[in-house]
Amino acid sequence: MISITVDEVEDIAIGAAVMGTGGGGDPHVGKLVAKQAIEQHGSVPLLSPDELAEDDLVIPTAQMGAPTVSYEKPPGGDELVKSVKRVESAIGQKAIATMPIECGGINSTFPIAVAAQMGIPLVDADGMGRAFPELQHETFNIYGVSGTPAAVADSHGNVCLLDTVDNVSLEWIARGITVRMGGTGYLADYPMTGTQVQETAIPNTMSLVKDIGEAVRVADGDVVEAIAEVTAASIYGEACHLFEGKIVDVKRRTEAGFVLGHVELEGLGEDRGQTMRIDFQNENLAAKVGDEYRITVPDLITVLDRETGDPIPTERLRYGARVQVLGIPTPEIMRTPAALEVWGPRTFGIETDYRPLNA
Amino acid sequence: METDQMTTYRLGIDVGGTNTDAVILDDQDVPLVQTKTPTTEDITTGIVNALDDVLDGADITSADIDFVMLGTTHATNAITERRGLNEVGVIRLGAPATQSINPLLEWPDDLAEAIGNNYTILDGGHEFDGRELNDLDEEQILDTIEEFSHVDAFAVASVFSPVRSDHEERVAELIHEQLGDEVPVSVSNEIGSIGLLERENATILNAALTNVAAEAANAFIDAMAERDIDAELYFGQNDGTLMAVDYALAYPIFTVASGPSNSVRGAAYLSGIENGIIVDVGGTTTDVGAISDGFPRESSVAVEIGEVKTNFRMPDLLSIGLGGGSHVKQAVDSVNVGPESVGYRLTEEGLCFGGETLTATDIAVAAGLADIGEVKPNVDEATIEAGVSFIQERVERAVDRMKTSAEDVPVVIVGGGSILVKDDLEGASQVDRPDHFEVANAVGVAIAQVSGQVDRIYSLDEVERDVAMADAKEQATNDAIEAGADGDTVDIVEIEEVPLSYLPGNATRIKVKAAGDLAH
Repeated sequence: MISITVDEVEDIAIGAAVMGTGGGGDPHVGKLVAKQAIEQHGSVPLLSPDELAEDDLVIPTAQMGAPTVSYEKPPGGDELVKSVKRVESAIGQKAIATMPIECGGINSTFPIAVAAQMGIPLVDADGMGRAFPELQHETFNIYGVSGTPAAVADSHGNVCLLDTVDNVSLEWIARGITVRMGGTGYLADYPMTGTQVQETAIPNTMSLVKDIGEAVRVADGDVVEAIAEVTAASIYGEACHLFEGKIVDVKRRTEAGFVLGHVELEGLGEDRGQTMRIDFQNENLAAKVGDEYRITVPDLITVLDRETGDPIPTERLRYGARVQVLGIPTPEIMRTPAALEVWGPRTFGIETDYRPLNA
Repeated sequence: METDQMTTYRLGIDVGGTNTDAVILDDQDVPLVQTKTPTTEDITTGIVNALDDVLDGADITSADIDFVMLGTTHATNAITERRGLNEVGVIRLGAPATQSINPLLEWPDDLAEAIGNNYTILDGGHEFDGRELNDLDEEQILDTIEEFSHVDAFAVASVFSPVRSDHEERVAELIHEQLGDEVPVSVSNEIGSIGLLERENATILNAALTNVAAEAANAFIDAMAERDIDAELYFGQNDGTLMAVDYALAYPIFTVASGPSNSVRGAAYLSGIENGIIVDVGGTTTDVGAISDGFPRESSVAVEIGEVKTNFRMPDLLSIGLGGGSHVKQAVDSVNVGPESVGYRLTEEGLCFGGETLTATDIAVAAGLADIGEVKPNVDEATIEAGVSFIQERVERAVDRMKTSAEDVPVVIVGGGSILVKDDLEGASQVDRPDHFEVANAVGVAIAQVSGQVDRIYSLDEVERDVAMADAKEQATNDAIEAGADGDTVDIVEIEEVPLSYLPGNATRIKVKAAGDLAH
């Protein structure tokens, strides 16, 4: 069994930025929270989903709200533990492990801190397989798990228990609560049995995120190749280089708390003479070369600095940057008809059908 | 030269790692005379030497100088060398939130130890909309002050203090009541912007530097006294504006990286260009910055100082390892220039000075771009051509990366090594090499304005956008006047509006900067 120590947290933060596909919040604050928790409570065992027993209770954890607020007001430390305990008491059973709901961005690292504090393992899986904006964007939801009973806590010790009619309502009501909590709330939701985890979670994503981070950190030269080698050995399949270019235009606007926009690239190297346009809504949604879509959600699109290989979040895209665009295909569980109904291109207003990358 | 009794002069001094530059400007800000002298260990001697040079050259007396502006690398060096730093008591106000990440968690161990590793997290702070996160607990604060009574300085950082600063101010008041008014207290709302950990780091560094700042200020004051100069003294800061000496004593962190800002401003002034790209070619590196409405454009990402992440105002710079002293290496079918450099030993080691090392300067001399040194270096045509185009391409790429749109922009080239770059620069609408380009730093600090800045989050569901904007502008203007600006000359020079993602309620972060001429 792999253990997560402060060194693995460093790699997970790098990998989570790649899997954040431009959004999901900067993993930096979450990384520090996880590091301090591990320093105080010890390392965290990573548990493969198939090691779970049928009736084991797993309670996933996440931060909800504006990442900008958490950069200014990091958590006190016990919010997520309180949420987990509230859900445990609602169900009448102790959780044997926690799990991320989102392996990309800031939420990759908070559950590590929870596991360290509670002295329980972290399940090596998640429900988004990347970063997505809302709570219904979960394989758990897609394959029939109820998001509730769920609990949201703040730093003062306020804990709200939620019991909603469906998971879209959970998203709507919980987000309202986070505003009253000062912009961020700490959420335990989608409590699951071992069997449900095995049937609905995307397996081994935390170790994948760690391996991607490690590959990026030690890569000597071609970062895309280093990432591709890691994903090829996973259920995701081989990542590929989509485009190399220079940013020539960035447009942004806000709607209902989301930052929407697009970025335009002019090709360099082998892509000279071509253009790419990437649309984003916090996360990158779709990329076209010329008029033709090359990749769309749920497949992953990550823009990397051409020189350093660092992932560039959508909020930091700017004119003149030399970038390469990386595409990572998604595993089968993320692209079934049921899954595409929740996070296919048309659900984000991209008027095209999903065509799997590398198909 | 006859000098009018009524004419007032400004003296700009830039103390760099290698050279101390000085320039005297008349009351129309026209540079009269300039010098480059070696920087000395004690700094004061170097400043006095430079001062003597320019006073002689301009044929004016000490009494004619009304303003003296100094750019210095003191604070930067103290942090990187962990030298002369204060022991600091760090008080964060944010409990019960924020305890999951302790202050100093990310600091290099030796730096945390150099400042004593004293920190605590107490009740207090605000939410993004200005509501209290938690009440202050004065008893808790008094206990902490007693526990930290041995430190040299305090750093106080409260959650969302850029939105509401009263908790930080109350703690500063209590420290002064308990330990005396002379104890330096740095409060984070005066140092940095949103982003608690980075702002707190910058505040702690500031508190650690107050003694070093006093030393630099005294060296400056002593040098002026030695030559009987009775003038207003100012320090350059990293946003390209000035602060009075007593302000610099309280905010030494703002002098860090003031050099590049000064050269951006100086280049803009000398060339008359308000929007464009500045290329400053030194001995080892080339700094490429952008000037936007006469001010250096600021970086949007966290800036590290001494391996500590900070978020305060820093110019957006791209530094490439290319300068007059850069080594030129020949391979079979290519030539590589830099990043290794002979640095200040160029006049001994460069081929054109009779040395043995092929440098970028030798390429420039051989190509006929410059006439420097004693010897015409013997370099083959292919190497010259490949070297010149290597340098040109690297500079072109850096210029392009700093542009904000695809259009060609004006480019100003300054610094001792600027002979390396040819005029036909791709992406440039024009290329300027203004007079006095060698001392653009010293000119930049001499002509700098004073500024004030505001960075706050407004909920536009509660306040109209216009009202929020007017409020931010008024605060920035008042800050500039307080820093010494003449109210009649203060302009809003920068506005930035950033909506916060994943958060309903239309919360928007507004940053406004105002700047004006020094009040006479």
